[in-house]
Amino acid sequence: MTSSDPHRDNRAGVRRTVWRSVAALAGMFAFAFALVPLYDVFCQVTGLNGKVNNSAQAVMHDGVDESRLVTVQFITRSGSGLPWQLEVETRQMRVHPGQPTEVSFTFDNQGDEESWGRAVPSVSPSQASQHLRKISCFCFDEQRLEAGERRDIPLVFQLSRDLPPDVKTVTLVYTLYPVEARNAPQQASAVTLEGEQS
Amino acid sequence: MAMNPGSKPVLQHSTATAGGMAEAHPAPPSGLLRWLLTTNHKEIGSLYLIFSLVMFFIGGIFAMVVRAELFQPGLQLVQPEFFNQMTTMHGLIMVFAAVMPAFTGLANWMIPLQIGAPDMALPRLNNFSFWLLPVAFTLLLSTLFMPGGGPNFGWTFYAPLSTTYGPPSTTFFILSLHIAGISSILGAINIIATILNMRAPGMRMMDMPLFVWTWLITSFLLIAVMPVLAGVITMMLMDINFGTSFFDAAGGGDPVLFQHLFWFFGHPEVYIMILPAFGIVSAIIPTFARKRLFGYASMVYATAAIAILSFLVWAHHMFVVGLPLVAELFFMYCTMLIAVPTGVKVFNWITTLFRGSISFEPPMLFALAFVVLFTIGGFSGLMLAIAPADFQYHDTYFVVAHFHYVLVPGAVFAIMAGVYYWLPKWTGHYPNERLAQWHFWLSVVGVNLTFFPMHFAGLAGMPRRIPDYALQFADFNLVSSLGAFLFGASQLLFVAVVVLCVRGGRRAPAQAWDYAEDLEWSVPSPAPLHTFDTPPTFERPAH
Ligand SMILES: [Cu+2]
Repeated sequence: MTSSDPHRDNRAGVRRTVWRSVAALAGMFAFAFALVPLYDVFCQVTGLNGKVNNSAQAVMHDGVDESRLVTVQFITRSGSGLPWQLEVETRQMRVHPGQPTEVSFTFDNQGDEESWGRAVPSVSPSQASQHLRKISCFCFDEQRLEAGERRDIPLVFQLSRDLPPDVKTVTLVYTLYPVEARNAPQQASAVTLEGEQS
Repeated sequence: MAMNPGSKPVLQHSTATAGGMAEAHPAPPSGLLRWLLTTNHKEIGSLYLIFSLVMFFIGGIFAMVVRAELFQPGLQLVQPEFFNQMTTMHGLIMVFAAVMPAFTGLANWMIPLQIGAPDMALPRLNNFSFWLLPVAFTLLLSTLFMPGGGPNFGWTFYAPLSTTYGPPSTTFFILSLHIAGISSILGAINIIATILNMRAPGMRMMDMPLFVWTWLITSFLLIAVMPVLAGVITMMLMDINFGTSFFDAAGGGDPVLFQHLFWFFGHPEVYIMILPAFGIVSAIIPTFARKRLFGYASMVYATAAIAILSFLVWAHHMFVVGLPLVAELFFMYCTMLIAVPTGVKVFNWITTLFRGSISFEPPMLFALAFVVLFTIGGFSGLMLAIAPADFQYHDTYFVVAHFHYVLVPGAVFAIMAGVYYWLPKWTGHYPNERLAQWHFWLSVVGVNLTFFPMHFAGLAGMPRRIPDYALQFADFNLVSSLGAFLFGASQLLFVAVVVLCVRGGRRAPAQAWDYAEDLEWSVPSPAPLHTFDTPPTFERPAH
């Protein structure tokens, strides 16, 4: 690596080092962005982040496992500036794996204008997310509600029979998000206008 | 802090060891322009060090505001919004503007001298990387005066806290971090190019001083992870301004993805801030123990092992986000594995000291304190690595105690040890012994008073980043705050020592410390502006 006069003859070496570094930099920058789809694929395969399939799945007809009962809980959250309420007819139920079950959810627009929203689901514990099959769900689409409108929409789900035996409770969380107002200026930032720099 | 030898603007050429006649260098422009345009590695090194010292004090003032508010329970001095900005800015400034540039400054000054090169490989790029820093951090500090205030989401800027709920100035924060990141990347390229291509004839890789080795590995880490940081903040920028949903669950994104990406950068980043410290301590301990460093090769391999492992442990910061059991175990064991190469290093330092003929000059005091206190920080890190225990420690003051032990008496003490060690080479004078001793002892007492009680407060459940706390934490916080004021004030002594040392003091010979044997001690003290114009012949020390 050291030639007879490393100080002046090594411009080529320096240039080579620089180009390799720049290539590595570009590669790592691209890698950071590649991690986003990789992460999604990884999570979909393993169900790690509790995300569930975003499209309807077929009912599995392989019988009902009468020997075990699993508690399924529903949690609904509104917020993010959407004046909607999401309610579920029953907060908790016990089902047999393999049994298709229907639950009714009520969307309620309490605002005084029509708006678009979407309920984003999340399952915990995450290893259950692949075993919770949704045959029909409002979460596949965006919803539009007139001012003051109330609408009942059913969820049909099924726990697959290969749900790991140590899972006794599955929690399904729906969070309401506005669809168009998502990029409107945030209110949180305006709150700090006073009181800072005290 | 190191004043350039050019305050006596005589064009000297390296003598003795550099040997032979060298070509003349053009006279530098005078005044401010000289500093703006300099391409000399020593002057740029000094600029980096002065910049980082200024930022150390600015970040320190933010810390004092935090400690003053936490002096007693309740809200006394500042509003919670401003408190959040202070903790965030303290972290950002200390990491990106104080510790990292200080190590880059030491690298600029010392790497060419330690490998017998006349300058860095890319001197003009070097000038550019430095001058990006004042731009970046002026911009960052200016966000404090913008409507809505500066960043208030913690130095880890987790999305969506920093995107959906961040202040309007977040875009400026992103820009300044981009600029600082480009500066570190360019600095890293320069250091790699210098080390790989400009060593003195006869110096093999395994002959390089450990400071050079650790910086080479640090540069590789920088090149690997700074682009990932750039990617993350670019995604934030797009989420905030262009309606994408990388981290926004409403649009199908995932906030946990942010944490994975951030810590993929963040964990190697903490080694970026500690590996050069290992190099400095590995130079100082043998010098003042008057023995050769024990286990040179194992030090090199241990450093490389730490660097490689640092890519496999990021999720130990995320044990409570809901990882599956397999992942918890994987990241727990990988993290604990890092204790092995780190233990090798501590073992080697202690074995070097064993039966050494030790003297306690200021650089050695700081280096010894580094070994002891950094090890305490390492042990609390091991405790945090235990996933089930981390469920309790997570986001408490125990974490704050841990990373301040590895960063303050770790990285910062090593920087100070390096400054005291090389000041004679930079200025031609020894630092004032009495003042330096005072600085050391006050700092050691202050640091431990500040951070040791935080272990207890954290174990008892005090959460971090909160301006108020329950009454039972009052005593711990009182001690921490008093310690912090002591530590902060004693750093003024450090400035005094450095200024006095530049102005005058006991004259230092070329070989300022008896047993120091690296190449930098073969050039005169103060080091002339241009050294090794003719490459020295490297001779392997015979032992
Ligand atoms: Cu880490």
